[in-house]
Amino acid sequence: MPPLKSAATPVASVLAADARHTVTVVLNGTPRTGQAHPRLLLSDFLRHELGAHGTRVGCEHGVCGACTVRIDGVAQRACLTLAVQADGRRIDTVEGLSQSNQGPTEGRMTALQEAFRRHHALQCGFCTAGILMSLSDYLGRNPKPTEEELRDMLSGHLCRCTGYAGIVRAVMDVTGQAAACDTRSGEAAHV
Amino acid sequence: MKPASFDYLRPATVADALAALAAGGDDARVIAGGQSLMPMLNMRLVQPRLLIDLSRLEELRTLKADSGWLSVGAAVTQAELLSRPTLRDEVPLLAAALPWVGHFQTRNRGTVCGSVAHADPSAEMPLCLVATGGAVVLRNAKRRRTVAAADFFVGPLTTVKAADEIVESVRFPLAAAGSGHAFREVSMRHGDFAITACAATVDGTQASLAVGGVADRPTLRSWPLVGGALLSDLDAALNAFAWDLGGDDDQHATARYRRDLVRRIGRTVLEEALSCRR
Ligand SMILES: Cc1cc2nc3c(=O)[nH]c(=O)nc-3n(C[C@@H](O)[C@H](O)[C@H](O)COP(=O)(O)OP(=O)(O)OC[C@H]3O[C@@H](n4cnc5c(N)ncnc54)[C@H](O)[C@@H]3O)c2cc1C
Ligand code: FES
Ligand code: FES
Repeated sequence: MPPLKSAATPVASVLAADARHTVTVVLNGTPRTGQAHPRLLLSDFLRHELGAHGTRVGCEHGVCGACTVRIDGVAQRACLTLAVQADGRRIDTVEGLSQSNQGPTEGRMTALQEAFRRHHALQCGFCTAGILMSLSDYLGRNPKPTEEELRDMLSGHLCRCTGYAGIVRAVMDVTGQAAACDTRSGEAAHV
Repeated sequence: MKPASFDYLRPATVADALAALAAGGDDARVIAGGQSLMPMLNMRLVQPRLLIDLSRLEELRTLKADSGWLSVGAAVTQAELLSRPTLRDEVPLLAAALPWVGHFQTRNRGTVCGSVAHADPSAEMPLCLVATGGAVVLRNAKRRRTVAAADFFVGPLTTVKAADEIVESVRFPLAAAGSGHAFREVSMRHGDFAITACAATVDGTQASLAVGGVADRPTLRSWPLVGGALLSDLDAALNAFAWDLGGDDDQHATARYRRDLVRRIGRTVLEEALSCRR
């Protein structure tokens, strides 16, 4: 999906601080338009202006990773991005991960998400959306990361309840590098 | 934690950006990757009236190796530089140090020039620039000037860059044949700012060590090689360097621990650089 405008489209004049400006993004494949003051963060624009609440907000200074989304495909912090900077760009959030085909698997989770469920890679889920969006970019560039590489990438996310072991197991599983599952069989059989 | 209000400009050209910066004076700020500035805006540590966005200027998205230098433009991200296939041959020190700059997610946005402009005393890019003897190309609406890395950094978050100038590019010398390079740092967690970072370069005649995170700016010292080997009294030389760097106690580490890291990691990287000469 190409961006709506060229990524280099200049803003002809200054966007005034006290006015709301039209911002159009392609959110998970669908063009969406909202209004934003220049100081509005992309994380808040997605949640409050577009109603896409899947993206979480934790620290608002780039450390926790909860707000990570993909901008033109690349995983980045929504809390360190202004909504006006995202104008004309493709934004992918966790809502877009589930399968969007028109067949019987419509709305089902992706293999990565299923692996998270199987391996108990989440409890409260607050960190999960961000981690999934990082992985969806990272695994495209590095399809079979070593555990060390993966843990290095995960250093950009804080999970305060589950820890990282289940996340690492889930990714190793879904990238075909580990035994399918070491969780209770009842859970796994359900898939 | 939301920023205070500001006007926002996404200029069409570098000239437009520089004109707006000159007109805006101290109330204007440029934003590149935003990975240091946005946290400061969110925490309201800075409250500019006008934000000038350099990140989408194609003119600044330049990355080229040319007449002995690797030149990195202001819109080039840390991730873009790290993924350059020839980087390991061109500037091996950058290939070693870039993975330590923040995280995968912040390198996807943060720029090399932004890190140099920001001038955090423990940041890896300023350290590499000083270690390799690089230079900073500054530009305002009227002229361009080039400042040697050794003269650019003045103190914590302070450089010789004037308010109306941008860092247009930074230039790293291409590694010479027969030179060796090594980088190591100690931080609380991978991706955190370094408590102490050490970058060593060795060529045919001398061994150099640049240290970040101890003094108020990245600092370089060189010693001659003796018969192709490091000084016999290297420990004493490193000890003297560590005391000259000084360092302060802060919430992460004591000055004494930092000096000890200079003595220990300093020796390690110098030995590594000597042994991996190409
Ligand atoms: C969680 C996290 C961890 C991090 N860890 C590290 C780390 O370990 N090591 C490290 O070095 N950094 C680290 N950083 C900061 C690094 O990611 C930033 O990218 C870098 O410090 C600034 O580059 P930027 O492009 O993001 O600049 P911005 O944030 O856009 O700008 C920073 C400052 O430089 C000025 N500036 C930027 N570009 C220019 C230019 N071309 N000309 C003139 N002025 C300019 C701005 O006005 C501003 O004052 C971390 C950041 C985060 C969020
Ligand atoms: S909310 Fe963006 S990184 Fe924590
Ligand atoms: S699952 Fe709760 S923070 Fe990670």
